[in-house]
Amino acid sequence: MKFRKERLDRGIKARCEDIFALSSYREILYLAFPRVLPVAALLILPLLKDVVGMYWEKVLMITCTIGLLALSWDLMASVGLISLGQALFFGAGAYVTGFLNHSLNLPPILSIPLGTLVGACISTLLLLPVVRLRGVYFAIITLTLPLLLARFIETTKILGGTEGMSGLSPLPNVWIELYVPVFALLICLFGFRRLINEDYGLVLQGIRDNDRAVMSGAINIYWFKAQAVFIAAVAGAFAGAFMTHYNQVVGMAAFAMDYSIVPLTAAVLGGVGSFAGPTIGAFILVPLSELLRAVGTLRVVIYSAILIICVVGLPEGVFHYMRRKYHQFERMVEVG
Amino acid sequence: MLPSIIIYGLINSVILALIAMGFSLTFGISGVANFAYGGFYIFSGFLVWMLLNYLKFPLILAILVTIGVVGLLGFVTYWVILLRVRGIPLSEVIATFALGVGILELFRWMGFVTYEFTLPYLKKGMVLIAGVPVDYQRLFIIGIGLALVLFLYFFTHHTRIGLAFRGIAQNERTAISLGIKSDRTAALSLAFGSAMASVAAIFILPLGIISINTGYEVLLIAVAVGIVGGLESVSGILVASLILGYAQVIVGTYFKPEWMMVVYLAAIVLVLAIKPSGLFGKFKELEERV
Repeated sequence: MKFRKERLDRGIKARCEDIFALSSYREILYLAFPRVLPVAALLILPLLKDVVGMYWEKVLMITCTIGLLALSWDLMASVGLISLGQALFFGAGAYVTGFLNHSLNLPPILSIPLGTLVGACISTLLLLPVVRLRGVYFAIITLTLPLLLARFIETTKILGGTEGMSGLSPLPNVWIELYVPVFALLICLFGFRRLINEDYGLVLQGIRDNDRAVMSGAINIYWFKAQAVFIAAVAGAFAGAFMTHYNQVVGMAAFAMDYSIVPLTAAVLGGVGSFAGPTIGAFILVPLSELLRAVGTLRVVIYSAILIICVVGLPEGVFHYMRRKYHQFERMVEVG
Repeated sequence: MLPSIIIYGLINSVILALIAMGFSLTFGISGVANFAYGGFYIFSGFLVWMLLNYLKFPLILAILVTIGVVGLLGFVTYWVILLRVRGIPLSEVIATFALGVGILELFRWMGFVTYEFTLPYLKKGMVLIAGVPVDYQRLFIIGIGLALVLFLYFFTHHTRIGLAFRGIAQNERTAISLGIKSDRTAALSLAFGSAMASVAAIFILPLGIISINTGYEVLLIAVAVGIVGGLESVSGILVASLILGYAQVIVGTYFKPEWMMVVYLAAIVLVLAIKPSGLFGKFKELEERV
């Protein structure tokens, strides 16, 4: 006698993945729970700073910035642009903010937004010539850009050269330090989810799935791709701009490989294409890497191992797996 | 000045071509962009070093063992990792990229970062060519580069495996229907590409120290040359190496040596803007890349 696993959707799903027919508070709760819980947790965690200690609050902050980079990676992946160099956005935002504060003495309240925008513009301009490329070719260029920019700064000794710029103004108070990244992450997460389901987002997804079909609909796909890169760059550059003021220093480490590979690992581990996935991935990876701090640079090796295992063994990612388990009954049925 | 530019430009070009050939061979045949290329390159260097210093192998034996081991590593990489994600470019790129970074950072963690890690020259000493001193190692590099190009030409035109390579590269389905095993050929192509990375490493690394950052640089070089020349054409690789190699040496001579890296970026952007399939790209033209 043979068995196979049967999967059944719960009864509240109507017609498709994201339309639901709800008939009781219990069902509403069932749907709302996985959305409200993480948001509430994120908002409450900074309040507990005396309980969990500033060290772990700092980890939360880093997690949020990595989450932002992972979200920006996922947005670009939704247009079919695979990036291996999120450090470009991070570094551009960080350096522009550092420059504005260091040389023009702008306060953080001006330098962070300006740094974000200008940094995003610069990285978009850098990617503009290659946005026409697809898949592997685009990935290759994005991988090299942060390396080249770091080299460029080292060579020309502009923006502080290898030393970087230090002595930047600190953020006004601890609540801003804790809540700004949390809100930025939440805004990006839900904003991107909303965006990708709008008509605009459908065009973006269409470009990923079949760009020729979108072109034949008289849509300029390069213009849309550039816009998507810019939106993604804003999220990434903000992470860089914020961290610059938090650390009060910006240096060539802003273009480091870590900022490319950690968001990528987070996105692949969490599940590509859902925005919630990369966020979950960041919340698994960054605390994990803090626990692994003792092993030093071996962390990057561990990320790489996780990345390979995830790509080969768990291609759908943690989020899609959890969502399936949450939304479906599973039972063994007899096969005749 | 001029003879120096001509001779060192040629040497630099051959170095670039040596580095780029393995990457483009693999990509041209199986369509796999082997982002672990830089990792394999540096791994070869350290493997030779370890064989020489820990196990006291003679140089020739160490070189042969390394080429064999790295080739095998490429084969295993395909069979264990890439076979499962074949046809999904995103996963292929991420898996090989992670493998490369993993190898490089593992060596960094193991402390292979100091100046003691150098490979020996095959033969010390130098000669004067047109008044320019050139050491034997650089002459060997030119010789190996030429030998490898000739070898590749005869291999792909006159052996069964080589013909299978070309068959798969030209039309995979037709090749399968003629009894060429697609997966085995692709795995072999990765093995060949990796072995060529190790040949390049063994001959080029003695010129400096084995540094981990070179691994990332090598990938950049392979890609830049590939994009300028067209990733799948050998003649394109050679011409692109000559262009980039001479451009670099000229920039290095008249401006500053540090600017040499910027040449790659400029070349990539220019070529992508003017002729995205590369100067000699044939099979995978515009529709694949853009």
